[in-house]
Amino acid sequence: MITDIGHFALVLTLGVALLQASLPMAGSFTGNRAWMALARPAGQTQFVLVAIAFAALAYAFLTDNFGLVYVAQNSNTQMPWIYKFSAVWGAHEGSLLLWLFILSVWTLAITLFSRGLPEEYIARVLSVMGMISIGFTCFLLFTSNPFQEIFPAPLQGRELNPLLQDPGLAIHPPMLYTGYVGFSVAFAFALAALISGRLDATWARWSRPWTTVAWMFLTIGIGLGSWWAYNELGWGGWWFWDPVENASFMPWLVGTALIHSLAVTEKRDTFKAWTVLLAIIAFSLSLLGTFLVRSGVLTSVHAFATDPERGLFILIFLGVVIGGSLSLYAWRGGQIRSIGHFELFSRESLMLMNNVLLVVTAFFILLGTLYPLILDALTGEKISVGPPYFNLVFMLLMTPLVLLIVLGPLVRWKGQNLWETVKTLRVPLGVSTAGFVLALLLLPPSKHGRLAMTAMGIMLGIWVFSGLIVSVREKFRHRKLSLESLKALPVSYYGMLLGHFGIAVFVTGVTVLNTYQTDDDMRVTPGQQVQIGGYNFRFEGVAQQRGPNYMAQRGTISVSQGDKYITTLYPEKRVYMVQTMPMTEAAIDDSLLRDLYISLGEPVGSAGDGAWLMRIYYKPFQRWIWLAPLLMAIGGFLAASDRRYRQRQKQVLQDTVVAQQLLDELLATSAAKG
Amino acid sequence: MARSVIPLVIFGLLVAVLYKGLYLDPREIPSPLIGKPAPEFSLPRLNDPQAQFSKQMLLGKVTLVNAWASWCITCRDEHQLLLSLAKEGVPIYGINYKDTREDAQTYLNQLGNPYVMNGHDFTGRVGIDWGVVATPESFLVDKKGIIRYKQPGAITPEVWAKSIAPLIAKLNQEPG
Repeated sequence: MITDIGHFALVLTLGVALLQASLPMAGSFTGNRAWMALARPAGQTQFVLVAIAFAALAYAFLTDNFGLVYVAQNSNTQMPWIYKFSAVWGAHEGSLLLWLFILSVWTLAITLFSRGLPEEYIARVLSVMGMISIGFTCFLLFTSNPFQEIFPAPLQGRELNPLLQDPGLAIHPPMLYTGYVGFSVAFAFALAALISGRLDATWARWSRPWTTVAWMFLTIGIGLGSWWAYNELGWGGWWFWDPVENASFMPWLVGTALIHSLAVTEKRDTFKAWTVLLAIIAFSLSLLGTFLVRSGVLTSVHAFATDPERGLFILIFLGVVIGGSLSLYAWRGGQIRSIGHFELFSRESLMLMNNVLLVVTAFFILLGTLYPLILDALTGEKISVGPPYFNLVFMLLMTPLVLLIVLGPLVRWKGQNLWETVKTLRVPLGVSTAGFVLALLLLPPSKHGRLAMTAMGIMLGIWVFSGLIVSVREKFRHRKLSLESLKALPVSYYGMLLGHFGIAVFVTGVTVLNTYQTDDDMRVTPGQQVQIGGYNFRFEGVAQQRGPNYMAQRGTISVSQGDKYITTLYPEKRVYMVQTMPMTEAAIDDSLLRDLYISLGEPVGSAGDGAWLMRIYYKPFQRWIWLAPLLMAIGGFLAASDRRYRQRQKQVLQDTVVAQQLLDELLATSAAKG
Repeated sequence: MARSVIPLVIFGLLVAVLYKGLYLDPREIPSPLIGKPAPEFSLPRLNDPQAQFSKQMLLGKVTLVNAWASWCITCRDEHQLLLSLAKEGVPIYGINYKDTREDAQTYLNQLGNPYVMNGHDFTGRVGIDWGVVATPESFLVDKKGIIRYKQPGAITPEVWAKSIAPLIAKLNQEPG
């Protein structure tokens, strides 16, 4: 019954989406205010309907309703309730419903927080959102319906993929999708502006907070994904350049370019065509990501059930949305005139370099991700492009970007003397060079033997960190630096600093981790001790244990350093009962400066000596890698929460009211005169 | 106007590739090495750098030579099949391609080891001689050391059943 309501709500959603996409747009051209006014209530109704559908599916999972194919395939009565709930988005159909749900949340947010914007503009924005919604609702209803029933209903379900039974998965997809889908707002704003032909600083200002919030969620989502892979895949790695990871990382790179380019458009009224194009590309890459993950054209550790029919649907949808918007861009983009002029060495140029580096990086990642597919399409060979390619490309292109980070906030708009800037930066230059030399001379050797790279990484870290301090100091060259004056700086400025500081943390973390991480595979018998990374690991043995829906072999390892007891770790080897899938559950002791990571291998005991294979990792600064996206996300939050966005919207509203009053008075006086 | 069309054109090309990608069959392409003797090589073994793995060890039996790497995700997909083939008694020899010794060892420890022997081709030189474009790639070598079949990409159960298994049965009949 409840699932029927959910299904019906989804059908109604399609109707409302059709209405939302068509009438407001038509009204914006004909000047029909009633049609335009439909956009907001339609968006809000859609939200309610999709929320009902989503709640109905969640209810079906929590009550073990195996009458639904999707529930029967992805749940089981023995699963803890939290995984029953997160199983809602654990596979294809449900994750699409989540996508649609988040889209409707963003739409709702637009209807609520856009009071100050012109009616015509908001009608177009919501209409574009409606069109995206049509595509996804059709996709759900016609090829991937989560409410499809089976009769008779099985007594027990097949269980969620054990890999996905992890707290990380409960929050990773919602965050990631909020980011992905959030770029649809920037996209809709850009398209609405393109349609009206009025691409100006105002449009960029409206779009900025939305884009920053989407970027913030995407940052958190990617960070969580990496954390999940680290915890759950048991290889001790945190980034694999897997197609699905790349699919989330490409929109992030372009989104990062977009938030910078939007700043230029708002402040300097230039880069306009480019900014619009970036907004289109960022969302296109989000859609492409969905296509790559869902269509099964690429193999990946994340691959869900795949189906060419679904793939074809997404491809057509992709063609319509991206092809349509790029056609619109081709038509209108040429007419956009940018007026701002700037020197070769200016903040505009630096932002342009930032944009180029980020977009080129995204392009090379796209190339690497699709190369196996292109080769397959042309020659029929199946290959895998490995991390060596991605690491090289990423490092070559990101190093100059990290160097530029310090200059961006420091150099003035329009232009600045290069020599003057160098003088301002003499301390960071000196300190980071000294850091480079000292690192080369003093750092203990690493078994990976790349000390030059390490020294460079440390230099970059120091450079960004000290450079940011100098850029704050520079703000007070002609003013007194005090707590009061620091407080007076806009919140968004601190957001920017924090985001850039996150980069310094990331660079330092990766450098130290890659240089000094060690690991060892060993065969251990109970009572045996091993030393790794200055820690002493004592293997106590392995015991059988029963979990809610799995059997586990649980190892016990006590860790000490010198005479000091540190902790006891329990790595597990699990077999989930329904899918009989073996899983390695690593045990991790984390701290800010190092992680100890143990994964249990196979029993190799002969003659009952209880021997096991075990792998121990010592990973210094591992936490910094996730601290970085966290800092960046907080930075994004601060930037988006800046008061001026809200104030200016009110200002616009007030201006309109004042103008209206003036006009009325004028008309009244002229009427009186006449 | 002209410049603003460029993104659209690039996107058009992308769609063409993606469309083709949807309907692809992993078809085999003839390798110039088929019917020719396998290239001479000698590699340090993966588990023991002192010992060697060379072409002589392939002679006298029908063998499957598989180029793989721990960083290669398609190889992970293929791995289960290799394990079951090894259980059935197919002698599989590995060329560990452009990989570090530690990563490769971990990979085998965690996923199981289907290989009779593995050569560590750290620089990828031997891989080039065999015409390895990218991993995974597999070669069927007959008793005289002649390459009789090449599988670019992962061996799927269908490819195994339709092409490779019958060929092995036939080659086993040939005099050594």
